[in-house]
Amino acid sequence: MPINYYLFLSLALFSIGMVGVLTRRNAIIIFMCIELMLNAVNLLLVAFSKMHHLKNLAINPMIGVDGQLFVFFIMVVAAAEVSVGLAIIVMMYRNVHSVDIQFLNRLKH
Amino acid sequence: MNITPYIFWFLSVMALFSALMMVTSRNPVYSVLWLISTFFAISGHYILLNAQFLAAVNIIVYAGAIMVLFLFVIMLMNLNRETEPQKNRWLKLIGALAGGCLLLVMVAALKDAELRSQQAMVGTGSIGLIKVLGKELFTRYVVPFEISSLLFLSAMVGAAVIGKKETPETLKS
Repeated sequence: MPINYYLFLSLALFSIGMVGVLTRRNAIIIFMCIELMLNAVNLLLVAFSKMHHLKNLAINPMIGVDGQLFVFFIMVVAAAEVSVGLAIIVMMYRNVHSVDIQFLNRLKH
Repeated sequence: MNITPYIFWFLSVMALFSALMMVTSRNPVYSVLWLISTFFAISGHYILLNAQFLAAVNIIVYAGAIMVLFLFVIMLMNLNRETEPQKNRWLKLIGALAGGCLLLVMVAALKDAELRSQQAMVGTGSIGLIKVLGKELFTRYVVPFEISSLLFLSAMVGAAVIGKKETPETLKS
């Protein structure tokens, strides 16, 4: 497949995640949109890791492995981020009994 | 007949539709389910690109672990359609416009890029296999791997400390 298609698919997914962050008020859904944006970037990394593969196969058959390992590390960081973030959201829910981010405006006052 | 383009378009439409439904659905539980559908579509893309290890990890870690965690938290808080906070219509419109502008700018910047003739190798290559990735992970990338295990440990401790029930004595101090 042409790499352009993967590029535009990832851009569309990233933008949908961005729109979700900007239009929703539920903290959990905003968090899920961030996960969607991370996944869009992962998809693009994997597609690019397969881009120059055939041309350089004779020179270096391991080309592109770095991209896929980056995706692996992004998934690791995302899992750690989710555990801490959900703990913070649960703590917030315990204090204000809502997940509305409107209640998180204390820095303004 | 080559079936790859059909699979590609099917998975792309599925990913985009599920992502849109995730953002627009009122009920948070439906949002989680649509996001799981998006992750399965992205895993299908990984399989199409012959990145089998990442496809398996994506399903196990994202769809299996992270999304179940989200679902647990949503059910724990008993969120549903009625308790869902809504922004007013103008803010939603402005948010959608801003995201659309981002998409427009990125597409305009990248549509004439020199990538037009490049192909992503679909269904070939062995770099996505567990054998190759595992060898690389435990030789050249062994230090980042160990650091990520430390990151996990600290995230675990952090989540436990943050999620700890606050007693009245600790609140006073």
